[in-house]
Amino acid sequence: MFHPHTDTDREKMLAAIGAKSLEELFEIVPEDIRFPDLDLPKTHSEMEAYNALYGLHTKNVPGIRMPNFLGAGAYRHYVPAAVDAILRRGEFFTAYTPYQPEISQGTLQAIFEYQSHVINLTGMDASNASHYDGATAAAEAVNMAYGISRKKKKKAIISPALHPHYRETIDTYFKPADFDIGGEDLDPWSNPDTLIDSIDEDTACVVVQYPDFFGRVFDYTALGKAAHEAGSLLVMVVNPMALGMLKAPSEFDADIVCGEGQPFGIGLSYGGPYLGMLATKKKHVRSLAGRIVGETEDLVERKRGYVLTLSAREQHIRRERASSNICSNQGLMALAATIYLTMVGKEGLREVAELCYQNAHYAASQIAGLDNFELVTDQTFFNEFVVKCPKPAEEINKALLEKGIIGGYEIGKDFDGMENHLMFAVTELNPKEDIDALVSALKEVA
Amino acid sequence: MNFPTDLKYTTKDEWIRVEGNTATIGISDFAQDALSDIVFVEYAVSEGDDVGKGDTLGTIESVKAASDVYFPVGGKIVAVNEDLLDAPELVNTDPYGEAWMIKIELGDPAEVESMLDAAAYEADTKGRE
Repeated sequence: MFHPHTDTDREKMLAAIGAKSLEELFEIVPEDIRFPDLDLPKTHSEMEAYNALYGLHTKNVPGIRMPNFLGAGAYRHYVPAAVDAILRRGEFFTAYTPYQPEISQGTLQAIFEYQSHVINLTGMDASNASHYDGATAAAEAVNMAYGISRKKKKKAIISPALHPHYRETIDTYFKPADFDIGGEDLDPWSNPDTLIDSIDEDTACVVVQYPDFFGRVFDYTALGKAAHEAGSLLVMVVNPMALGMLKAPSEFDADIVCGEGQPFGIGLSYGGPYLGMLATKKKHVRSLAGRIVGETEDLVERKRGYVLTLSAREQHIRRERASSNICSNQGLMALAATIYLTMVGKEGLREVAELCYQNAHYAASQIAGLDNFELVTDQTFFNEFVVKCPKPAEEINKALLEKGIIGGYEIGKDFDGMENHLMFAVTELNPKEDIDALVSALKEVA
Repeated sequence: MNFPTDLKYTTKDEWIRVEGNTATIGISDFAQDALSDIVFVEYAVSEGDDVGKGDTLGTIESVKAASDVYFPVGGKIVAVNEDLLDAPELVNTDPYGEAWMIKIELGDPAEVESMLDAAAYEADTKGRE
């Protein structure tokens, strides 16, 4: 059995702080919770544990075996075998940039290439080395905007059509701060230009999603212009897969772009680890949270090399005065995205995005043709759309699952009065046969 | 190393020049030399702000480090030298002239009295070398 400390270690430590015993050390903890009786199973041998876990594992249905129309922020896309093969190489297989980073040139080069992909997709000038996930990246983006305003502007306007989990994360970040998160009371189905009325001199940024939570694609030109006229920033939360075919956020003059990089070569994996993307314009590069890798050359031999750049502002040097206290990146996930993007290339990415778009539009038109089902999405959309069902969405999903189909996202979980609404996500992994199966299943269950 | 005698200093390397009720603030020749090449200047405050002695004025970043600059005295900010944002190297070339950072209307002129004169500041920097 593993013991982190020997009895002698403990005695020495207790003596050093002047406590007689462990019991005395923990006296401050209320007695009833001090040594709670944990109802844990008996210890297992490796073989027993393996069998128990294998039993649980067989209850899973691998996503690939079932038609799956669940999205809402995490998407099932094809992950080429090469992604895992390269990712699992011992040289790469750690999530961290090392604390003596320049010794790991391969890791830094991979991060630099990741940053280059993000810049190409978003049209921004600088990307960081990645964040935990899309939601934290969005919260860091708002925090950046607050910092850029010299902490003078005390409000962010968040689109009501932003992913509800992202809004929650932003709320959590700013709960202790004297900073207001607005936009919650607005109608999530309205045109984003209605946000313009909420912008004032005290607005640090306006946050919109592209495509929005419901999959809709809007033109944010007017909103960006209104934000800039009031001295605030336009923050765009993107599904980067959609950027394979949509206008880059830079064309709306976005100041900060963030998003969830999971669609790029990262499996659904029960919700993580995922990949937060965060990029900005050159003029805000010093406010960019986290690490940035730069390319340089050595002075003697003129060889190309990679370094952590602008790190004088980072947490490990500036401590509590750093622009962000998230310092580590999702190195391994960023590498997966880099391999994915390098493999599919610019044209390949466009093809994947277009397949998602076309499959989704086929599915939407087929479902719209069913009696009792109504296509609620009446805007341009990418690969997700909302349908009003004749029954509660939960019942529909249950019935679909019995037929071997994973249905859509139950929007009523997040939005009042939408208990009958389902949001379907369609990707390149939903071929026509799957969609037809969904449509005929819906017809039967309605 | 230059320690102009018409200025007052702090042990954190800020200088001020008092003219009437207005004080101009910057960082010293010793500080810019210690930081080496300055690559970025950032302000934490804007014109019109009321600030107290010890508040953060901004950050000066060199190739070596990012250092915070503090207000040696309190008062109301009447001017911010935004030129430094585009030309941070001025802090290296002219720390007491073109690289002034902020002008402030003194809140409490007595605060100036507690600052170091050039000789005392020079002695302080010697102790740190």
